[in-house]
Amino acid sequence: MKSFFAVLHGIWTQLRSIGMIFMHSFRPRDVILYPEVKPPVPPRYRGRIVLTRDPDGDERCVACNLCSVACPVGCISLQKAERPEDGRWYPEFFRINFSRCMFCGLCEEACPTNAIQLTPDYELCEYDRQNLVYEKEHLLISGVGKYHDYNFYRVAGMAIKGKGKGEALNESAPIDIKSLLP
Amino acid sequence: MIEQIYSLLPPVVWDILWAMVKAVIILLGLVISAAWMIWLERRLLGLWQDRYGPNRVGLWGLGQVIADMLKIFFKEDWMPPFVDKFTFTLAPAIAMSMMLLPFCLIPITPNWGVASADLGLLFFFATAGLAVYAVMLGGWSSNSKYSLLGGLRSTAQTISYEVFMGISLMGIVVQTGTFNLREIVLWQQEHVWLIFPQFFAFLTWALAGVAVTHRTPFDLPEAESELAAGYHTEYSGMKFGMFFVGEYVGIVMVSGLTTALFFGGWEAPFGDYLPFLNTVPFLWFAIKSLFFMSSFILLRAALPRPRYDHMMSAAWKVCLPMSLLNLIGTAAVVLWLGA
Ligand code: SF4
Ligand code: SF4
Repeated sequence: MKSFFAVLHGIWTQLRSIGMIFMHSFRPRDVILYPEVKPPVPPRYRGRIVLTRDPDGDERCVACNLCSVACPVGCISLQKAERPEDGRWYPEFFRINFSRCMFCGLCEEACPTNAIQLTPDYELCEYDRQNLVYEKEHLLISGVGKYHDYNFYRVAGMAIKGKGKGEALNESAPIDIKSLLP
Repeated sequence: MIEQIYSLLPPVVWDILWAMVKAVIILLGLVISAAWMIWLERRLLGLWQDRYGPNRVGLWGLGQVIADMLKIFFKEDWMPPFVDKFTFTLAPAIAMSMMLLPFCLIPITPNWGVASADLGLLFFFATAGLAVYAVMLGGWSSNSKYSLLGGLRSTAQTISYEVFMGISLMGIVVQTGTFNLREIVLWQQEHVWLIFPQFFAFLTWALAGVAVTHRTPFDLPEAESELAAGYHTEYSGMKFGMFFVGEYVGIVMVSGLTTALFFGGWEAPFGDYLPFLNTVPFLWFAIKSLFFMSSFILLRAALPRPRYDHMMSAAWKVCLPMSLLNLIGTAAVVLWLGA
């Protein structure tokens, strides 16, 4: 008798789950029809990488190679060059292989000048793998990215031509260690 | 002109030719609708899982089937070096043909239907019994453990469900007094749809029907999540395609059989009160079959696969007694009414 009710109960639970699944016919679908409808992405989504400029329009990147070191998959490569007019460093070439990049954002965290930034653009598909290797002209944008008024040389104690040490914002002049005066 | 051509051959030959043309049309219609079942299944599964399914190729994604078929036709038909070549090739052919064959018994409309054999139901049992050889031979000849396990399971499953499948339909035979499917449909038109007097037979038959086609929840022979793909793990290209389409042909066939056996075939519901509904017999057959085809998919969307021994004990301990009681009860009622 007990097993008879167990069978009845089993049949009931099966019918119930069939009914519950059938009621899904009237639910809205969870899928976004992607190419027609773009999914909303948060502003700090980690997508295509850009190199930004400072508010004066100069390249922010100082070719320190920190991003390249931080990158877990080693997909950034660049070479340092020096600008003849003021001695400012800049990358001679800057190359990111997006077929390797996993968009972890560690390069952005490592960068001392906020030059390298990840953007919410995720549409990076190519038919040819070689097209996924982005050169500097593909990476460099003309804007400031997420940090609107950050300018590395204005806050760092770095001396370049036209700006000595201690002339930058929030900086005091270097201490003259040879003098006895306070 | 037409009459001159007609008089070239005796009328009997024309009848035979016409019957052959009909048979070919039914065969093509069956295979094509089985292929489009794949699309239907993917769309319906999508609907019940709150997604869309294939909706890009052609109108509503209907062209997806053409694309898939083209792909599977041109795929390399690779045969692993360790298989038994003859049986390995034979198995998919059996799978497809044994699912196609019973459809020739199904009366589609009053004048359409391939054959009207007097031993119709028995023929269906015979082909359903032979169909398991496809799975068994496929699993055996593949010479791999997963396939063999799939084949073994299929054998055990067959032994379990074939018994009560046969017995559950015997109630119908007792009540209508014939094995002929067309006559069973005609009997239902005169009296009542067999779903009402034979409700318990319908319950067990529905379970057995799912088991015949190896569909979820009775897809133990292929059980993707445990056995890779079960008996057709080693198959590729069109050989796999035949197993695959054979399964859908089986669904169409079992749906058609259910329609004919329990739901009055081509007869319209409430046809006695609204006679104009009876003017389109094929439409009713198609609607009823489509309903059962969709129920197969709903079962797949809703139910998990039972454990192997649970399936067997349900078959032997619940379904078999139920169908036996139904058979005895039907026989008693028929005797009592007849006396
Ligand atoms: S996002 Fe990560 S993987 Fe990509 S370049 Fe930056 S550090 Fe490398
Ligand atoms: S992008 Fe940033 S971290 Fe990378 S080299 Fe340039 S300044 Fe250094």
